Amino acid sequence: MIKVQNLAKFFGAKHAVDDISFAIERGEVLGFLGPNGAGKSTTMRMITGFIPPSAGTVTVGGFDIVQHPIQARRLIGYLPENAPAYTDMTVLGFLNFAAEIRGLRGAGKKKAIERVVEMCFLEAVLHQSIETLSKGYRHRTCFAQSIIHDPDVLVLDEPTDGLDPNQKHEVRQLIRRMGEKKAIIFSTHILEEVDAVCSRAIIIDRGKIVANGTPQQLRQKSEWAGAVTLRVTGITGAALSQKLGQLPTVKRAAILREEAAGVTARIFPRSEVNGLLASSIADAAQGWRIEELHTEEGRLDEVFRSITMPDTADKAPAK
Amino acid sequence: MNAWANIKTITKRELGAYFSSPLAYVFIVIFLLLCGFFTFMVGGFFERGEASLSSSFFLWHPWFYLFLVPAAGMRLWAEERRVGTIELLLTMPITTWQAIVGKFLASWLFLGLALLLTFPIWLTVNYLGSPDNGIILCGYIGSWLMAGAYLAVSCITSAMTRNQVVSFIVSVVLCLFLILAGFPPIIRLMEGLGHSWQWLVDAVTSFSVITHFEGFQKGILDSRDVLFFLSVIVFSLFSTSVILRGHRAG
Repeated sequence: MIKVQNLAKFFGAKHAVDDISFAIERGEVLGFLGPNGAGKSTTMRMITGFIPPSAGTVTVGGFDIVQHPIQARRLIGYLPENAPAYTDMTVLGFLNFAAEIRGLRGAGKKKAIERVVEMCFLEAVLHQSIETLSKGYRHRTCFAQSIIHDPDVLVLDEPTDGLDPNQKHEVRQLIRRMGEKKAIIFSTHILEEVDAVCSRAIIIDRGKIVANGTPQQLRQKSEWAGAVTLRVTGITGAALSQKLGQLPTVKRAAILREEAAGVTARIFPRSEVNGLLASSIADAAQGWRIEELHTEEGRLDEVFRSITMPDTADKAPAK
Repeated sequence: MNAWANIKTITKRELGAYFSSPLAYVFIVIFLLLCGFFTFMVGGFFERGEASLSSSFFLWHPWFYLFLVPAAGMRLWAEERRVGTIELLLTMPITTWQAIVGKFLASWLFLGLALLLTFPIWLTVNYLGSPDNGIILCGYIGSWLMAGAYLAVSCITSAMTRNQVVSFIVSVVLCLFLILAGFPPIIRLMEGLGHSWQWLVDAVTSFSVITHFEGFQKGILDSRDVLFFLSVIVFSLFSTSVILRGHRAG
């Protein structure tokens, strides 16, 4: 549905977005990750046609956003960053306006408004001026606007920003449910959201795509992916480390803690022995007792840090 | 076809925005107070003993509009940019032109409404004497066209900034130029340069709203005057679209 090819945006000498390409099909929810200022919003603004690209093309549903902006925009629902809305209007008035400008009239309009009011839980504030709404309601009002015409493509810039945990949960559910039938791209810097919602994620840094894959694939990039955390009793840290070092499957073993409850170690595998590490350690256990043994899946936040801040990757959070 | 429906939707929303804030009411009250005060107290409506509105009522309009129209037009785009709704508006399936025209029409209709509300003055002059209502109608049309020209200038300045105060001040200055270009003391000043500079006097005065509004006050509906106001409007709205595009291109 969305096809981005060699897209670039320069602000003066600054390359806000630098030659990125990706595609999103119907039924996909693409998480767009990156540190602040990485070019997420700029990319989304180009996809929705708000700012013209310096180079490259965006097509939405087969329509080029620059050549056929009206046809392309008809297919898009857009929630801009910070969820702007006309503060002087009531929620109902605003939704009415959004529906009308999308070409909805009469009974179709009424039904569309009822649908989004129910989906976004706006019943209670329908006749309230947007100015007086809390941030969560304001956000959902703008979100409602973006789905009022039941678009095939949804572009959401930080859809859960500023919501409380319950509202975040609701919005994520909503995105996941809609993602079954639509092509959705949403930006975030909350990594748990990627796991909760996305079928695929792209990490962008300084205007370039630095990773693209399913959350599972991204996690594999973690140094921790496949590592084993081990807690044993009946052995000293130094002895354990020496024993583990002799195993052919072990690349490196780090003692994390040594206390009365036992020694905790993290063991990194040699890359070619995927999956065998935990069992080889279990087999080697002689004279000491294993209290805890599990294989790490890899952590997105660590991948994110190592990709977007290469200099500090070795200071991965110890937890 | 579709274009008009879009323009209508935007116009409706903008008009709603005027009346949901105190702006509309403050504007109308001040405009009517000014009209009343200047017509009866300063313009000497009664002392003149004329059954006409041109020299007592319409005479002041270029000056009222100088401050009032930029006040009505300053928020059109500046507010959209400040709040960020411009990003919503311009990613809707409408063209930038439709948005510009829709917003302009809303403000223009609003100014027209304010102008219509001066009807008690028209009733008064009809009660006291028998004026030529054709001339008065012509004056109203001219006044509305002139308001449109000022308003279109305000659209440009409003699109230039996200600060309404800056927009207001700049458009007052631009509109002041439109007035002063035909203001008698300025013309005399230029004529003092000598006959060889007559072309300059003509060129400058042809930009003046006062020169072009004069005909309307006298009841002369000259196509050149109408064309002047319309071309100021079209040119200004076109400039607005260029400025808006410039912002988005970064």
